[in-house]
Amino acid sequence: MSQKLLIIVTLTVLLMAACSQGEDQSVNSSSSTITNTGSDTIVNLALAWAEQYQKEHPNVQISVTGGGSGTGINSLLSGTTDIANASRAMKDEEKATATKNGFTPQEFVIARDAIGVIVNPENPVKELTLEQISKIYKCEINNWSELGGEDRPIVRLSRESNSGTHVYFLETVIRLGNKEDKSIFCPKTLLLPSSEGIIAEVRDNPNAIGYDGLGYITSEVKVMGIAKKASMPYVIPSEITANDGTYPISRNLFMYTRGKPKGVIADYINWIVSPEGQSIVTELGFIPIKGK
Amino acid sequence: MFKSNPIRTDRNVTYIIKIAGYSCILFLALIFFFLLRNGIPALKDTGLAKLFQTIWYPTEGYFGILPLLFGSLLVTFTAVLIALPFGVGTAVFISEIAPHAMKEFLKPLVEILAGMPSVVLGFIGIVVLVPFMQKTFNLPTGLAALTGAILLGLIAIPTIVSIAEDALNAVPQSYRQAAIAMGATRWQTIWGVTVPAARTGILTAIMLGIGRTLGETMAVMMVTGNAAVMPEGLNALIQPVRTMTATIASEMGEVATGSAHYAVLFFIGIVLFIFSLVINIFASWVSTRGRKRSERILS
Repeated sequence: MSQKLLIIVTLTVLLMAACSQGEDQSVNSSSSTITNTGSDTIVNLALAWAEQYQKEHPNVQISVTGGGSGTGINSLLSGTTDIANASRAMKDEEKATATKNGFTPQEFVIARDAIGVIVNPENPVKELTLEQISKIYKCEINNWSELGGEDRPIVRLSRESNSGTHVYFLETVIRLGNKEDKSIFCPKTLLLPSSEGIIAEVRDNPNAIGYDGLGYITSEVKVMGIAKKASMPYVIPSEITANDGTYPISRNLFMYTRGKPKGVIADYINWIVSPEGQSIVTELGFIPIKGK
Repeated sequence: MFKSNPIRTDRNVTYIIKIAGYSCILFLALIFFFLLRNGIPALKDTGLAKLFQTIWYPTEGYFGILPLLFGSLLVTFTAVLIALPFGVGTAVFISEIAPHAMKEFLKPLVEILAGMPSVVLGFIGIVVLVPFMQKTFNLPTGLAALTGAILLGLIAIPTIVSIAEDALNAVPQSYRQAAIAMGATRWQTIWGVTVPAARTGILTAIMLGIGRTLGETMAVMMVTGNAAVMPEGLNALIQPVRTMTATIASEMGEVATGSAHYAVLFFIGIVLFIFSLVINIFASWVSTRGRKRSERILS
């Protein structure tokens, strides 16, 4: 009796599984889905691209999520996403994992980004050298008065360590590009989970200093002029200064795919680097790549 | 086929219910096994000496979990200190003082509060509480342990109220009538009779509140600043902290499966698991011990 019941239940489950599989396949043949995960810096840009692309290609569905560059690359490695967005280049160990998983990640530069160092508009300090910023984040400078500002403690803000912006800032600014340097953000640095969190805190707190991609910086905060060395001119980040190399903290933004992209994915990435895709880059405050 | 005799149906239903009951134990065991299997390698690869250090910067191999441990304890302890008087006070009010109509209205309200997603509270925290704390106490930043503790207190209060109120309600009406008959005022009745009689239930409520606070992640991550600083003295309350839960939540997505960092995050999970296990065991010990004593007094 109970055996009979078991058999019937098993058969029903199998039948249902078979049916749902069949349905999935029929959906796949009429439209295609691209999943796109990664860098929070790129997420708004990726959303804007996806929206425009879907408008032009109604049979393609693109789902975009953030989470950080590390998260995106990990999803690519484990096969849960088609395209990973990253605001840093892939690390060697990540490439090794990819090889182990049986594919070679393909890298695409899809835009450029300048990282602005921001403070509260009430803060009178308006220019810093890279070395000064490095010392601030290493807790060697602890009061704004040491930089010609008011007598206020410095509150350091950063993105979490899974953010590509965090890693880039560590290597380029805190370690001043020196690979031997092993210094890190001092423990007093506040690690905030989102770009918006950093902007909100800098807007409300005259003690704070933070950094963020140019596309996220609003007019409620003040962008610092940065000089490579004290003897060199202080430069405000913009499309021009980032592309001619005078602004010292700018970087490439990447997309990665599992091996050479095919079909819709290839078409989507080609469209992104085309002039049409790149015009959206400018709209969102990022810097378009030059058509080389 | 279900037309078979009732005894058989009865037996089958009993089986199903038994399976449901045992599966709970099975899941707990599986979760614990999973945590151990992924977390124990941390002891081997990283080692206890390196784990109990004071610097947490895992991407460069600093795996000191002490600041996270103390961060969690500091925030939890302060939150409970805040939630305790409000929680128990509200429970006493609802159960003993409020008129019937108000009681009928307040009880569901508290339950709605208990179901409020913590992200929403965290959002309110960022927009309202953080700037408020910074201006009021003239802090370097409003993203501090105390801000997190206040929010967590708000999260723990409904849990405490709901369970403590049930415990107070369970006190037989004859106790109150006897106290009033002997000339006790309302306050004397509450303080001397009702609350002591419901003591075990109230203690359980507090323990569950602590458990809720310790495990809370999202709201804490949004308002405590997440700086892995070792708390030093009372000042630590107004400084940023990083809790164990926030660390796991924000770093788990990034780590490569099987790496040292991955194992250490699971190790933190084990520590959290042990903490809440101890709290739960203590809570059940308190309630059973108390019941025996009250039974003794009654007989």
